[in-house]
Amino acid sequence: MPSLGADMEAGTLVEWLKRPGDRVKRGDIVAVVETQKGAIEVDIFEEGVIERWLVEPGTTVPVGTPLALIAGTQSASWAKVSDVAAVPAAPTPLAPSSVEQPTVPGRVRVSPAARRLAAERGVSLDRLTGSGPEGAILYSDIERAAAAEPVPRSTVPKRLDLAEMRRAIAAAMARSKREIPHYYLSTTVDLTRSLAWIDVANATRPPAQRLLLAALLLKAVALALGEAPEFNGFFTAGGFQPGAGIHLGTAIAIRGGGLVAPAIRDADKLALDELMAQLRDLVARARSGALRSSELSDPTITVTNLGERSVETVFGVIYPPQVALVGFGMPVERPWAVSGRVVARRVLTATLAADHRASDGHRGAVFLADIDHRLQSPETL
Amino acid sequence: MTRDDVAAVLIDELGRIAPETDASRLDPNAELRDELDIDSMDFLNLVTALSERLKIDIPETDYPRLATFGHAVDYLVQRLGVAA
Repeated sequence: MPSLGADMEAGTLVEWLKRPGDRVKRGDIVAVVETQKGAIEVDIFEEGVIERWLVEPGTTVPVGTPLALIAGTQSASWAKVSDVAAVPAAPTPLAPSSVEQPTVPGRVRVSPAARRLAAERGVSLDRLTGSGPEGAILYSDIERAAAAEPVPRSTVPKRLDLAEMRRAIAAAMARSKREIPHYYLSTTVDLTRSLAWIDVANATRPPAQRLLLAALLLKAVALALGEAPEFNGFFTAGGFQPGAGIHLGTAIAIRGGGLVAPAIRDADKLALDELMAQLRDLVARARSGALRSSELSDPTITVTNLGERSVETVFGVIYPPQVALVGFGMPVERPWAVSGRVVARRVLTATLAADHRASDGHRGAVFLADIDHRLQSPETL
Repeated sequence: MTRDDVAAVLIDELGRIAPETDASRLDPNAELRDELDIDSMDFLNLVTALSERLKIDIPETDYPRLATFGHAVDYLVQRLGVAA
């Protein structure tokens, strides 16, 4: 069970999307788990053949619990998913090299054939009453349940549980305000060049390939982080740990309330068009509740763009154990002095909320100024 | 395709972006952005869907003409060359 945030303790396996015997490779989506952040697709970091499942759909297990056994690797591979989940606050138990099917007290008895059929048809075992001895679930019970519920779970749109999401946000933000000594910096960025550059680029592109300002802002942050590693990573008991890559947590508002900040991974290495395509895909999946575990587990910083909501300035709350949050407000037209003359310019307020345990204001100022500087040369983004 | 057909396509696409709202009951003069709480990404998705479905180009410079439901239908009808 991958850790998808500092405050996640357990998750519920909803369904398997592969079967024992299937060959899997890195990046394949193998399961769906229900968490406080909604239904999340679990992508795998291993290559091999699925030997067997260790957890049944419907079961809630602690973070770090092996979910399946993959042949061709040394250990239960889902533990690898937990390993890459760079959330040091949630310790990850190591998976033993050979895992026996755990016996859970009070677990329902299911015949292996029924279990297979349940997995094939997407029938959740915990909602079934078996007709066999001592309530054991039989093949025929699964057939009946599958007939009564003919639509496989995977085709049903997965709804976000906004109440759960609210609890997760509450826990993370309370911890942030309790533990992180925030400092805040703000600067005003002249957007004239960036907006003009986007206008020219978009004029010849069909809508599907058009850029949004958000893509330029994200890329500028990612590149500036390359020069300011103390804002990219995690603060743990051992002090500041720099991130292994630049994975921008991108705050996405959910309709009806709530917020999720999945990562655009290695954003500094992505071409602008790729970054825009990923942003589009991420927003769509965040809003439909189909994010992947790797996206939620390892953002190294968060970027929020509240400019859409008509505010000029964001005073960010850092998502622990991250150490910084960059906020962008609404682009507004303002009088602006250029070479001693006042002209009307479109400008935007960029802010930094940073963890004073990991960095100081001077470095923060240099980082923010660098973001501004990069947005003045949009062609280099 | 009639003007009503164009309106129906727009209602359908708005419903995809804001599923919890009833796009058919929209005030034709209200700003879509406020009425449906759509952001720039939603709007780009709307423009993409409309241009692909109606097979018309919608240049970025025309975005302001899609600000309200009524104006958006007028604009799409004009781009399609549909008789009103």
